[in-house]
Amino acid sequence: MWLFDRDLWSEVFNTLGKNVFRTFLTMLGVIFAMVILMLLLGSSNGLSNGFNNLFAGTSSNSLFVWSQSTSEPYKGFERGRRIKFKTEDADILRKQIPEIDVLAPRIELGSHRGVATVYRKGLTSGSSVYGDYPEIDEIMKKKLVEGRFLNRNDTDNSKKVCVIGEETYKLLFEKGENAIGEDVRINGVFFSIVGIYKPNDNINIDGENAVFIPFTTFQKAFNSGDRMGWMAISFSDETEVPIVEAKIKKVLKAKYDISPTDERAIGSFDMSEVFKSVSIFTTVLKGVSLFVGLLSLLAGVVAISNILLITVKERTKEIGVRRALGATPRIVRRQVILEAAVITVFAGMMGFAISVGLLNLIDSLFAQGNDAPFRNPMVTIPQFVFSFLLMISLSLLIGLIPANKAVRVKPIDALREE
Amino acid sequence: MIQIKNLHKSYKMGSNSLHVLKGIDFSVEEGELVAIMGSSGSGKSTLLNILGMLDGADSGDYVLDGVPIENLNETKAAQYRNKFLGFVFQSFNLINYKNAMENVALPLYYQKVGRKERQEKALKYLGQVGLKEWATHLPSELSGGQKQRVAIARAMAAEPKVLLADEPTGALDSKTSYEVMDLIQKINDDGNTILVVTHEPDIADMCKRIVHLKDGVIVEDKKIKQVRASAYV
Repeated sequence: MWLFDRDLWSEVFNTLGKNVFRTFLTMLGVIFAMVILMLLLGSSNGLSNGFNNLFAGTSSNSLFVWSQSTSEPYKGFERGRRIKFKTEDADILRKQIPEIDVLAPRIELGSHRGVATVYRKGLTSGSSVYGDYPEIDEIMKKKLVEGRFLNRNDTDNSKKVCVIGEETYKLLFEKGENAIGEDVRINGVFFSIVGIYKPNDNINIDGENAVFIPFTTFQKAFNSGDRMGWMAISFSDETEVPIVEAKIKKVLKAKYDISPTDERAIGSFDMSEVFKSVSIFTTVLKGVSLFVGLLSLLAGVVAISNILLITVKERTKEIGVRRALGATPRIVRRQVILEAAVITVFAGMMGFAISVGLLNLIDSLFAQGNDAPFRNPMVTIPQFVFSFLLMISLSLLIGLIPANKAVRVKPIDALREE
Repeated sequence: MIQIKNLHKSYKMGSNSLHVLKGIDFSVEEGELVAIMGSSGSGKSTLLNILGMLDGADSGDYVLDGVPIENLNETKAAQYRNKFLGFVFQSFNLINYKNAMENVALPLYYQKVGRKERQEKALKYLGQVGLKEWATHLPSELSGGQKQRVAIARAMAAEPKVLLADEPTGALDSKTSYEVMDLIQKINDDGNTILVVTHEPDIADMCKRIVHLKDGVIVEDKKIKQVRASAYV
């Protein structure tokens, strides 16, 4: 097998090694091309990782549903009627819509986005107060700094406990003061703090100044009866959210006598749409960088071919001598193609090493901290293997041009005295 | 060793055709040392190119060591050249980035001789031309005569049937020329068949037979009494 022929390789390396400067010049194009390709791919990977980080902890296939006012008269009701969800709706939906994975009802104190006054030892904070089920944590993950989130036991026994945001903690406590086990007072009811959460730096619907208490406790403490504010719903990954969204609305519209054509009565927000547009953005970005990178790689390899063409012309005499001494056209062709491939591989390796270094630098300069736009800007192994294989096959293909020129050198023309 | 019958060759020069070889009949026995003489344009280089399979004839027969040389493709020609022929050129044509030993070993590489054996043989032939201690020198570090001796060692390394020398002394001063001719005579003394193309009468006199070409035909073919080059060295 000629691939393992030591003489062949030493012949190739000798030729390249004896012409270091020329070889290096030839390599520059491919080195730059490889650096460009890898930087583009790495940056778009970093950007996409950054986005993923931004959304970390938020269930991508999720839907938020809330009630509003009707915009059409229907079944004798006037338009502008305020719809109010009831707690029973949660069970109805869970039963009728099998695609639902987790459904977490929620109720807010006061109006939507309204605030309630939270007291502690003379300090107050105007915070959002939510009655929640522990399942909400599966849809919008909270990062806990201390303590725990609400659990089943809290809701089952309507315990007077709460989880507060870091911002709320800052308003109600001295710096470094222990908060776990302390009481806060909301609308005259005392709640014992069991956990403090930190903002996620991601999509943050709840804000940082908020107090979470068990849904059942909320009902008893604030007399909300069977009212429910809104629902956070998550679905299994393969579910098409818009389809289920329509189903859910249909069920609710039927229950509350809302016109099927009324678009305003029930509000909803499809989280998967956001994810989709972001993932389309990053996919397009990756595609564009791959395209640009590959074109520059092609340019680099063409440059190698070009220089090898010049080299072949320069080496006409040498090739003629080799031919006279018994080098067959095959041997000559193979030698030139291998030279092209070896240069390309070396240059590619160097370009790769340089770009890994640069990406590391970018990583340490721009990709630190939670809110960085970049995160781990690196090239994946399949991307690397793909570009490398492509580069080698390109070089073999393009090496054919100078190789065929070398073969066309007739020994008699090469040896003719000038 | 070489039989040539009615060899014709012409080159197209635009619309004109230049008839260079007009029916050459010629044969060489094993162990001969033949000088091919003639002024420029006589066709001697063309004849050598055809003998060296660097060029093809238009018509005529060429048999080398019992093998008819006809319808050669490039690959076959390269293999035959490697197997049958050794070349010595006027301008030496050493590969400038290979040292003397690597240059001598090159035809052996194309014969697929193993690395170690190649080096041993190369050193042996360098020794025969008296340049063993110059083995690791690049051509740029050698004198003209030394370069030609390396080239002769290279031609001999493949152990060819026939050594073809195209103006081997053309680029050398007379003293060095005689040294090279001395070497060629010694190689011939060992029984090797050698053809030397030259236009210098004193070089031709150092061969054993002179073939005179003029306008594409052999005008004279005579055996002579060889002048030993060692007398002048």
